[in-house]
Amino acid sequence: MPDHKPKKHLLVALVENKPGVLNRVASLFRRRNFNVDSLTVGRTHKPHLSRMTIAVDATRGDAFKIHMNLLKLINVVDVANVSNEPHVSRDLALIKVRANDAESRNGLTLICERYPARIVDIGPEVAIVEITAQEDQVEALINELKPIGILELVRTGVVAMGRGVRILDSDYEPVRPITATSEAKSFEVYSV
Amino acid sequence: MKLSGAEIVLECLKREGVEVMFGYPGGAILPTYDAMTKYPEIHHVLVRHEQGAAHMADGYARASGKVGVAIATSGPGATNLVTGIATAMMDSSPIVCITGQVTRGAIGSDAFQETDVTGVTLPITKHNYLVMDIHELPYIIREAFYIARSGRPGPVLIDIPKDIQTEKIEFVYPEDAIRLPGYQPPQTASDKEIKAALELIHEAKRPIILAGHGVMLSGAVQQLQELAERAQIPVALTLLGKGAMPENHPLTIGMMGMHGEAASNLAIQEADLLIALGMRFDDRVTGNLKTYARSAKKIHVDIDASEINKNVHVDVGIVGDLRAVMDQLLPGVKGASHAEWLNRIRDWHEDADERDIINRDTGDELWGAQVINDLWKFTGGNAITVTDVGQHQMLEAQYYPHQRPASMITSGGLGTMGFGLPAAMGAKVARPDEEIWAIVGDGGFQMTLCELATAKQENIKVNIAIINNNYLGMVRQWQEFFYEQRYHATPMFSPDFVKLAEAYGIPAMRVERRDQIEESVAFARSVEGPVLIEYAVEAEDIVYPMVPAGADLDKMIRRPKPGESAR
Repeated sequence: MPDHKPKKHLLVALVENKPGVLNRVASLFRRRNFNVDSLTVGRTHKPHLSRMTIAVDATRGDAFKIHMNLLKLINVVDVANVSNEPHVSRDLALIKVRANDAESRNGLTLICERYPARIVDIGPEVAIVEITAQEDQVEALINELKPIGILELVRTGVVAMGRGVRILDSDYEPVRPITATSEAKSFEVYSV
Repeated sequence: MKLSGAEIVLECLKREGVEVMFGYPGGAILPTYDAMTKYPEIHHVLVRHEQGAAHMADGYARASGKVGVAIATSGPGATNLVTGIATAMMDSSPIVCITGQVTRGAIGSDAFQETDVTGVTLPITKHNYLVMDIHELPYIIREAFYIARSGRPGPVLIDIPKDIQTEKIEFVYPEDAIRLPGYQPPQTASDKEIKAALELIHEAKRPIILAGHGVMLSGAVQQLQELAERAQIPVALTLLGKGAMPENHPLTIGMMGMHGEAASNLAIQEADLLIALGMRFDDRVTGNLKTYARSAKKIHVDIDASEINKNVHVDVGIVGDLRAVMDQLLPGVKGASHAEWLNRIRDWHEDADERDIINRDTGDELWGAQVINDLWKFTGGNAITVTDVGQHQMLEAQYYPHQRPASMITSGGLGTMGFGLPAAMGAKVARPDEEIWAIVGDGGFQMTLCELATAKQENIKVNIAIINNNYLGMVRQWQEFFYEQRYHATPMFSPDFVKLAEAYGIPAMRVERRDQIEESVAFARSVEGPVLIEYAVEAEDIVYPMVPAGADLDKMIRRPKPGESAR
């Protein structure tokens, strides 16, 4: 395998919305010794399909291996490596910052103006900053906020989508008889 | 027609053409066992340990090409299947395992005999199911069989809670096509890929075909032979590839890898083109990847896309069904002779004959290689052999040439000791007209010898050959080579195998001299049911040649020629 430098790869996987699918994907990464930066999963506009965005730091060869191994999972409908094409990616962070004096509050406001960020909660002691942006911008904001004092931080992980008419979708419709009880089970209690 | 979940299971198995299943009952699977009384056409073989059930299903599948079925209860019953499932996974063997589970309401409560079996088997199955809705059950069983046998075959497990087995619904068999949106086994190659492969084949001066299990799984045996003959390309076989090409064919060099023929390994290292067909460049086959076939271009055809470029970087990787790809490839293959190259390989072979223990007078000693060689001779080379794991397995691979597909069954990928006896029994159930020999070591045999009782109860005619050297021989060999002969935990006490067999009502015989081997084969053939023969061989045997793990493929430890000193 010609060894290219590791870089960030964003793999988008369309998966069946069934119990245990997230577990299958996570198990694959552990089993094959692939390192995941972040993995996000959520429903799509089709109730039987969920979509994952998996960010990995890998060589091109390893990213290809991950791609092929994901496709091997029966419940994975399709996979695209969107880092090989023009795409949009977003990471969301909520950052709780110290805001108990004028200096920190002013600093906070000034910093947030330079980012796609806003203060979504503020009290006498702390404020919560929300940012939705590309991952590197989120990183930059976090670095700028550090001197003020970060108390708590949560990030969603990256979600991504190819630009333009590159559509990652499936025409598949589930064939199993969906009874009233099974519907409730598949889509509420056991959603991935 | 209203059927219970248990009846649906059996009804669906029947429609999949299942004639036999191997299993062990228990609380959580009892409703299904009870329903079996209504389905006498599906024979149930009661094993003595669930591992045996999984291996029997595996042996059955490998011998017949059909899906093998194992059935067990929840908790310990299911976890006992694990080794057998992992074995089937590594060797791409199609089996379906059905396990009982505690009732849906009790799942997650640490109920009696509850284990998260779909969790446990997730990484060692091709796919698995926990049935939570009885309406899905018939679909799941159909999918399970389809997934198990199609594409790259593998094990599928279905975990069925007890209350689903007893619940009743109006049963309609789903006749419509299976729709698995995320599963489309690949078929053919693109024209571009075929063209690129042909170019490499036609340019090559020193090509070699590496034939694996996939040749037989896809039914490309004839195509392989045609390719080899037309372009005069020598064929090396993987362990599981034995049978892909007749071993008496002049173009077959023999097994490759750690204990492969020296000529195969040298040819691979010298080749300018590897044509890898249905094999996966396992580390036991490649040795040191950095020095593996350095001057060779590589074509790799496999049905599993994740195998291409996994271990060895290839120039042309083709994902597809091997037979379909070969049918695309063959019309374009031009004749060639490669006379010089074939002669060189032949020269390497002759050196091996000089070193071979078979060609030496060993006096009163009995060696494992001689036993296997003579078993081959006296069975006419036509038996189906099922091996365990260790020295006897490698000796079988070296000294029992096979001429037809699926005539050697062995645990290659996982190297599961204890596989031999139960897998041989499964093979016999699948192919009752064949002469089946379980060739096992004293170590592995003792891991699953409880299945002697199953063989007796079911009167499964397997000929069990125990190659007894009173050691865990392969481990001892490693200790001799790499651990300064510290034979720790390898000398092995065994019971009197002849008496043991007799305790099970199984006729048995002990062989201590080479001239008794012919008689032992005749004896085995004269017994109607299972029979056991113990071959008491020399203790400190070594399987040559050997490529130490991770060493360059051509850095083999060879058996010294007469007059040479060891190592």
